Amino acid sequence: MIDRDQVLHVARLARLELTEPELERMAGELSGILDHVERMNELDLEGVEPTSHVVALENVLRADEPRPSWPRERVLDPAPDPDEGAFRVPSPQA
Amino acid sequence: MSDVLELTAAQALERISAGELDRDEYFDVYAQAAAGDELGAYLWRAEPGSANGTTDGPLGGAPVAVKDIFCTEGIETTAGSRILEGYRPPYTAMAVRKLSESGGRILGKTNMDEFAMGSSNENSGYGPVRNPWDRERVPGGSSGGSAAAVAGRLAPWAIGTDTGGSIRQPASLCGVVGLKPTYGAISRYGMIAFASSLDQCGPLTRDVTDAAILLRAMEGRDHCDSTSVGIEGGVALPSRTDLKGLRFGVPRELSADAEGIEAGVTEVFDHAIEQIRELGAEVDECELPHSSHGISAYYILAPAEASANLARYDGVRYGLRSAAAADAEGGLGDGIAPAETELVSMYERTRAAGFGAEVKRRIMLGTYALSSGYYEAYYGRAQRVRTKIAQDFATAFERFDYLVTPTSPTVAFELGARAENPLAMYMSDYCTVPMSLAGLPAVSIPAGLAAPDDGGSELPVGLQIVAPAFGETGLLDAAHAVEGAIGFDNAPPGSRS
Repeated sequence: MIDRDQVLHVARLARLELTEPELERMAGELSGILDHVERMNELDLEGVEPTSHVVALENVLRADEPRPSWPRERVLDPAPDPDEGAFRVPSPQA
Repeated sequence: MSDVLELTAAQALERISAGELDRDEYFDVYAQAAAGDELGAYLWRAEPGSANGTTDGPLGGAPVAVKDIFCTEGIETTAGSRILEGYRPPYTAMAVRKLSESGGRILGKTNMDEFAMGSSNENSGYGPVRNPWDRERVPGGSSGGSAAAVAGRLAPWAIGTDTGGSIRQPASLCGVVGLKPTYGAISRYGMIAFASSLDQCGPLTRDVTDAAILLRAMEGRDHCDSTSVGIEGGVALPSRTDLKGLRFGVPRELSADAEGIEAGVTEVFDHAIEQIRELGAEVDECELPHSSHGISAYYILAPAEASANLARYDGVRYGLRSAAAADAEGGLGDGIAPAETELVSMYERTRAAGFGAEVKRRIMLGTYALSSGYYEAYYGRAQRVRTKIAQDFATAFERFDYLVTPTSPTVAFELGARAENPLAMYMSDYCTVPMSLAGLPAVSIPAGLAAPDDGGSELPVGLQIVAPAFGETGLLDAAHAVEGAIGFDNAPPGSRS
C-alpha cells in the first residue's frame, strides 16, 4: 500500500537517512500499521468537529514584561560544535 | 533496615515524624538498594550519602525515582535515546522542581522506552528493563524503569509519563499503582516532548495514598506551560473504605470484548467487579462504542505530533552529531537519493545514527500522515475519531461516577515476544489509549494475580478506574476503597530479604 518511492519521499521529509534494508522493512511495516488504521474508514464522521486539544483553553496570555534570559554560554554548553557564541553547522550550500 | 524497603512512603514519613527513622538513612537505604539494581531500572543513581536539598515539606526528604524524560539540571538526561547521550540539561523540569521544593530528593533517573515510545521498555537505547516478578518478562512501558524500581524495592515511589498508557500499563504489569492525571493537571515544562496534546506526568507508587501525596506536590498551573491549569481545589488524601452511593460503569468494549484479552485477566477483573459491588457500589454495563478505534486514532495522532517534536534532534543544539556524507555514497537507499547539501546530509545521518527502530518508524508514520495529500485521510480523520471517543466518555459519565476496565489485556509478556511485530506491541495499549485521547484521569491499581494464557507462574493484573476530567480526589478516594478490599500483596516473590 505504501511503496518504496513513497518511503524514500517521506524519509527525505523527515530528514532520516535509511539504508536499503531499512527502506524495504519500513515499507512493509508502515503498510501493516496503515491497514489497521484504515479501520477508521468504517465510521461515519460527517460533520464531526476535529479535536486537537482536550482542555478548553484559548489565548493564555501574560503581561509582556522583559525578563532576563539565560546566559549564552549556558545554552551553547550542550551543543556539539559551539563556535564564537553561535552554533556552527556544515555548509547549507556545499 | 531492610524492613524500611517494605514501607510505603507515607508509612516511612510517619516513622520519620515519630523520630524512629532518620531522613538521610531513609535516603541511603534506597541509594544502596538502587546501587544493586539488577533489573536495568536505572540509567543514573545518586551515591549513598549524597542526599542534599531541602527536607522541609510534605515529602520530608524522601527519595524519589524520576523517569529519564524529565530534564534535571546537571544530571544526564537522555529520554532513553542515544541521540541525547551525555546531554546535561541547563534546567530542571517543573514537576521535579516542585517535588524538590516539597522535600523530595532525586534518587535516580529511570530507564524507559526511547522518547517514551513503547510498551515493553525494550526500545530503550540503553538496554531493556526486567520485570521483578519474572526477569524473563517485560515490565511494560514506556515508564518501565519507574514501575520496576517501585515494585522491585529499588525506590519507594517514582514519577513517569503517560501518553497512551505509559504509566498505567507498566504499573499493571509490575503490580504497583500508576496514575495518569487529567491532561493539564501537571506542568509539562522540562518534560521531553513526545506527543504534546497527550503527554502527562504522574506517579507510580506502592499504594493509592502515596500517589495522592505525589500528585498534590506536582499539580498546579505553570506559566512555562500554557496548557497546565492545575486541579481546582487541590487534591485531598484518600480515606474512603466503601463505595456506597457510587455508580460504576463497565465498558464492554474495553473489558470482555477487548481485543486479545487473556482469560486470567478477565477472571481477576470479574472478581474485582464483585468486590466493588460488595463495597456498596452500583455496577452496570456501559458502552464506549468508538473506543475500539482508539488504537487507530492514537497511532496516527501521537506519531504525527512526535514527528514534529522530534525535528529538534538535528545535531545542532544538543546531543549527537554525525559527519555529513563525503560523497554520493551518502543518502537515502544507500546513495540512490543523496542529500543535496552537507547540512542536510548531517541532519539525515545524525538522526539515522541516533534514533532507534521504533522512533524511526513513528517519525515516518507521523510524517506520512501529515504529508500533502494524506493529511485529511489520516490526521484529520483521527482527530474526528478523537472527538467521538471523548463524546462516548461524556455520555457514559452522565450515568456513572466512574468507569472500570482491565488496565492491560494481558499480564507481562516475555522479553522479545512482541519486539518484531509493531502492531501486536501497540495493542498492549488497547484499554488505556481511549482515556488519553479524551484527556481523562485514570489510575491502575493491582487487582490480583493471573497466569498468562501460554502458561507459567502468576503475574500481576491491573484494574483501571477512570473519572471525569479533574476528578482526581474522588478517583483516588474510590481507588483507596477498592485497594483496601483487594488487599494485594505487592512484594514480588523473592524481593523480601
